[in-house]
Amino acid sequence: MRMADIAKIATRDAYGKALVELGEKNDKVIVFDADLAAATKTGMFKKAFPERFIDTGIAEGNMMGIAAGLSTAGYTVFASSFAMFAAGRAFEQVRNSIGYPHLNVKIGATHAGISVGEDGASHQCCEDIALMRSIPGMTVLNPADAVEARQCVLAAAQMNGPVYMRFGRLAVPVLFDDSYQFQIGKGCYLREGTDVTIIATGLLVGAALEAAELLSSEGISAAVINMASIKPIDRDIIVNAAKSTGCLVTAEEHNIIGGLGSAVTEVICETVPVPVIRCGVEDVFGHSGPALKLLDIFGLNAKGIVSKAKAAIALK
Amino acid sequence: MTAEQKKFLAIKANHIRQGVIEGTFHAKSGHPGGSLSIAELLAYLYFAELRIDPVDPKKPSRDRFVLSKGHAAPALYAALAERGYFPVEDLKTLRQPDSYLQGHPNMNDVPGVDMSTGSLGQGISAAVGMAMGAKLSGSNFRVYSILGDGEIQEGQVWEAAMFAAAKKLDQLVAIVDNNNLQIDGTVEEVNSPYPIPEKFSSFGWHVIEIDGHDFDQIESAFAEAKTVKGCPTAIIAKTIKGKGVSYMENQVGWHGSAPNEEQYHTAMQELLAADPERQA
Repeated sequence: MRMADIAKIATRDAYGKALVELGEKNDKVIVFDADLAAATKTGMFKKAFPERFIDTGIAEGNMMGIAAGLSTAGYTVFASSFAMFAAGRAFEQVRNSIGYPHLNVKIGATHAGISVGEDGASHQCCEDIALMRSIPGMTVLNPADAVEARQCVLAAAQMNGPVYMRFGRLAVPVLFDDSYQFQIGKGCYLREGTDVTIIATGLLVGAALEAAELLSSEGISAAVINMASIKPIDRDIIVNAAKSTGCLVTAEEHNIIGGLGSAVTEVICETVPVPVIRCGVEDVFGHSGPALKLLDIFGLNAKGIVSKAKAAIALK
Repeated sequence: MTAEQKKFLAIKANHIRQGVIEGTFHAKSGHPGGSLSIAELLAYLYFAELRIDPVDPKKPSRDRFVLSKGHAAPALYAALAERGYFPVEDLKTLRQPDSYLQGHPNMNDVPGVDMSTGSLGQGISAAVGMAMGAKLSGSNFRVYSILGDGEIQEGQVWEAAMFAAAKKLDQLVAIVDNNNLQIDGTVEEVNSPYPIPEKFSSFGWHVIEIDGHDFDQIESAFAEAKTVKGCPTAIIAKTIKGKGVSYMENQVGWHGSAPNEEQYHTAMQELLAADPERQA
């Protein structure tokens, strides 16, 4: 099936639905938002369980602190905002009030990356993975589609401790069927290949599969790994990819500094040093515009990944 | 309050002060000034007010205490040790690499600490979250938090204050340790938070002003707070930074420096002179 024909759902929608699903099963689930419930989709939970939905208003740092305090009273707490404000503005509250005491707070951050679109650079957070994965004990998840997003939410609720989940505003192709099993700390092969491995996360997983198709038509065999669990990272699958294809490309809708590209190169440098080329936002701020057009402008598409793959192969 | 109760609490406050001096002296660092100013407040909380059990520190129905001004950890640790959560002797290990007594409170290391704090402005939000927990679970535990008067310069304090009033969290009591000094000078010189009572009251809080070293006033403030319905209570406690150690009182320099050996002995002599239980 062509990518263009596949149904598209934004991961933020899957987040909202999964919260409702969780809320039905567990009355200790409480959801916070900071005046963005309609956009983050926690509004679905608010509608289903108004007594377990808390809006702190536009005060993200305070929201993280309240979420932390509430979690100590035996609740599984989800706190939501845009990635810019959840990871950015509230970084120190997340670090000191949630991360340091290792509290059971799950941060659902939506509108990550430049695919926020028209709102522009002030709201296009491409630094959140870097910030969150540097906090000791923080689990960082970046699902590729609606199916995986739902499973990330359920997995986060299952474990004890802080989790940062990254969701997008833009509707993206549904890549997985219901048989898919997401596991924290594990990546998975979506396509086998011998010349290069594309390790992709989030919105760029679909583009990575398209890139592999394009490369195939040029006689290049590309493997594709989906890496939703950015921390803990699946060292084994990365090492295996480096050994089997001899070079890697990382693909993410995040600054090439500090995100998946960094996480993969950290593993590679210490194990099987092979060429790694990072596809991502190249240390610049975003811009206003339609999301799909922006992704093309910033090279966050199949074409961009193809050229990085060729560059990686050339370095072998 | 009977004279006997008052004497009992005064000795507890004195022991907390001794713990502060022991801890900061042995650590050669720490924050004695703002620890000494809250000794009576902590003595009252831990020996008269909080419904807690040192044998079961995580009991779900317990009252909570959050030291939002986390740098006063030496006083909190001294109160917890005096209350029986861990040996008083351990206070001498404050800030050492092999000790569980971190420079600022860590809830996972220290029995009796309900929230990790230290970064100013954050503890009050956690206390608000705990009060929400009481409300949501229908539990009747109460939540107490001490803030510094410099700390309330942090915007997050007012985010928390606005929210607590909006949610009518009458289980919540915030106590402002108004010793008038912060690291860089008097609070007015630096960035005046005054008038503090009016600020809290305009945020929708019930406000009580007391002398934070007077047990009668502390007792009546906490009793009044329990009668307040539909809003949180702020107790603005006028205190003396460094209280109880003559050369530290009202001296900004004692915010974050430890006594040397001579100063340690002077301080301990002064405190022991007023301590019938430990006098040599």
